[in-house]
Amino acid sequence: MIGLTHYLIIGAALFSLGVMGVLTRKNAVNVLMGVELILNSANINLVAFSKYSAGNLNGQIFAIFVIVVAAAEAAVALAIILSMYRILKSVNLDRADTLKG
Amino acid sequence: MDPQLIPDLHKFYPEIILTAAFLLAIIGDLGFSRIRGGLTFSVAALGLALAFAAGIPLFGMPTGTLFFGVIAIDPLAAFFKCFLILTSFLVLLATPGSRELSQRPLGEFYMLLLGVTLSMVLLASSVDLLMIYLSLEMVSIGSYIMVGYLKNDRQSNEASLKYLLFGTVASGSMLYGMTLLYGLTGSTKLAVIREVLAAEFSAGGNSPMLLIATVLMIAGFGFKTAAVPFHFWCPDAYTGAPTPVTAFLSVAPKAAGFAILVRFFFTTLSNPSEDPGFWTPFSFIDWRILIIIISVMTMTLGNIAALRQDNMKRLLAYSSIAHAGYILMGAVVLTSQGIQSILIYLITYLFMNLGAFLVVIEIFNRTGSFDLKNYRGFYRRSPFLTISMTVFMLSLMGIPPFAGFFGKLYVFGAAVNTNLAWFAVVGALNSVVAVYYYTRVIKTMIIEAGEDGTRIQIPWTSHVMVWIMLLPTIGLMLFWGRIQQLTMNSLRLFVG
Repeated sequence: MIGLTHYLIIGAALFSLGVMGVLTRKNAVNVLMGVELILNSANINLVAFSKYSAGNLNGQIFAIFVIVVAAAEAAVALAIILSMYRILKSVNLDRADTLKG
Repeated sequence: MDPQLIPDLHKFYPEIILTAAFLLAIIGDLGFSRIRGGLTFSVAALGLALAFAAGIPLFGMPTGTLFFGVIAIDPLAAFFKCFLILTSFLVLLATPGSRELSQRPLGEFYMLLLGVTLSMVLLASSVDLLMIYLSLEMVSIGSYIMVGYLKNDRQSNEASLKYLLFGTVASGSMLYGMTLLYGLTGSTKLAVIREVLAAEFSAGGNSPMLLIATVLMIAGFGFKTAAVPFHFWCPDAYTGAPTPVTAFLSVAPKAAGFAILVRFFFTTLSNPSEDPGFWTPFSFIDWRILIIIISVMTMTLGNIAALRQDNMKRLLAYSSIAHAGYILMGAVVLTSQGIQSILIYLITYLFMNLGAFLVVIEIFNRTGSFDLKNYRGFYRRSPFLTISMTVFMLSLMGIPPFAGFFGKLYVFGAAVNTNLAWFAVVGALNSVVAVYYYTRVIKTMIIEAGEDGTRIQIPWTSHVMVWIMLLPTIGLMLFWGRIQQLTMNSLRLFVG
């Protein structure tokens, strides 16, 4: 029988994969995909808690809002990455190295 | 529908006015392209002024909530609303005088400023995890665009990219922490979460899940307030961003971050005690030690890293990290005196920090550089700018009689009063380290000889702006009774 724990494990696994993606990828778009994984892991948690333990719909409503925010964030992020590409002709994060110290 | 919604709507006027101004600014920017800079500027200035006026009556209102318990109405929120709107207003006035930003049409910039102000105001008063997350993301997304406003400038773009990547991960982690809190308690309302947690752990014991959730929440707040170890974006974003944006980021979102940090820890993870003005932390989660560690690391790292900076914006970025460390001291002290010290520190910090950035903007307009090398011998070129900068630096150091001294006095005083004297000593030692780099700026400007000795004429608008920052920095203590009274009246917060 599939229960709360299974969903939480998937959520935690997705979260870890997302963090790993953010930390290891050099391509800005790939990093963004890692961020999306983090947000969706939270969504899985929210919906699972809402269904199995909380006994209210707050979690599911929360998840819908998170989807909206993720879309807005992706739009801004892609715009910034696009202008990075226009300037550097590359989306490799190693090239973004003018600010240090 | 909530029957109280319509009669209570007047408590939401600042947000409504800001929303209206935001929409008007968009329409004005699209529809009247020929005059759009001036038109949006007026709309933004008017909107912020009206919202500030609408925020003042909120101080006297009884505590309560709006929109099904999502937004709190309390004096603390009222204070932060007025503070944040005032900050945005001052930044708005300083924007047209900046040569960096004037390369691009400014209509959209004012629009973004209004949008971010609106979301900060919401953040400062939210008492529901959903609202906290939404408004925090709204602040962040708006700030990413503001940092990258000079989209053809390599540094500005890189700054916004770094800010964005750190920001999304930090807020994503915070969201994950929120889901754990929701799972533990079955509610998203801060007050309900506190009650459920108190009941669940009344017999003692602890929960690793709660600890993880708390740490992840701190990641989100730490990112907003630029506290170590979530500060990595801060120096880069501050250096690459257009200077008015840097000035804005170093004060306003930071203050909003402190507002929500105080609200979260005081209403969710502490019990308000019988004696009003005191809180007792939950015994099963020792979040105070986490904040103490973060605070000590933040001020130490900020000050030490600032020692070897040659770029003025970067120096001020590290200085602002250090100041965040001092302000966090006030949050650890679980008394109203602690909150009061945060409020006082923020008021003084607003004027001295914005003032320092204003001088940086003026000097960049003439010399085209942020490098401290080009500040050499500035006393001969512009005595006014040099003396203003000296006052701001002395105030940031915490030298009496300037405003910054009183902020530090209150924060350290609050720590000493709650048996955290060693903490105040760490803070004081840090202020001594900070004297070195602030003095270095003064020394460079006054004593060292520069190659270029031509006099600089600055426009009267800039004179007025610098004076607006200079007067409170010098003369705040003359009105100390008022400030004391104002902050005392802002200490009540909604605890459910």
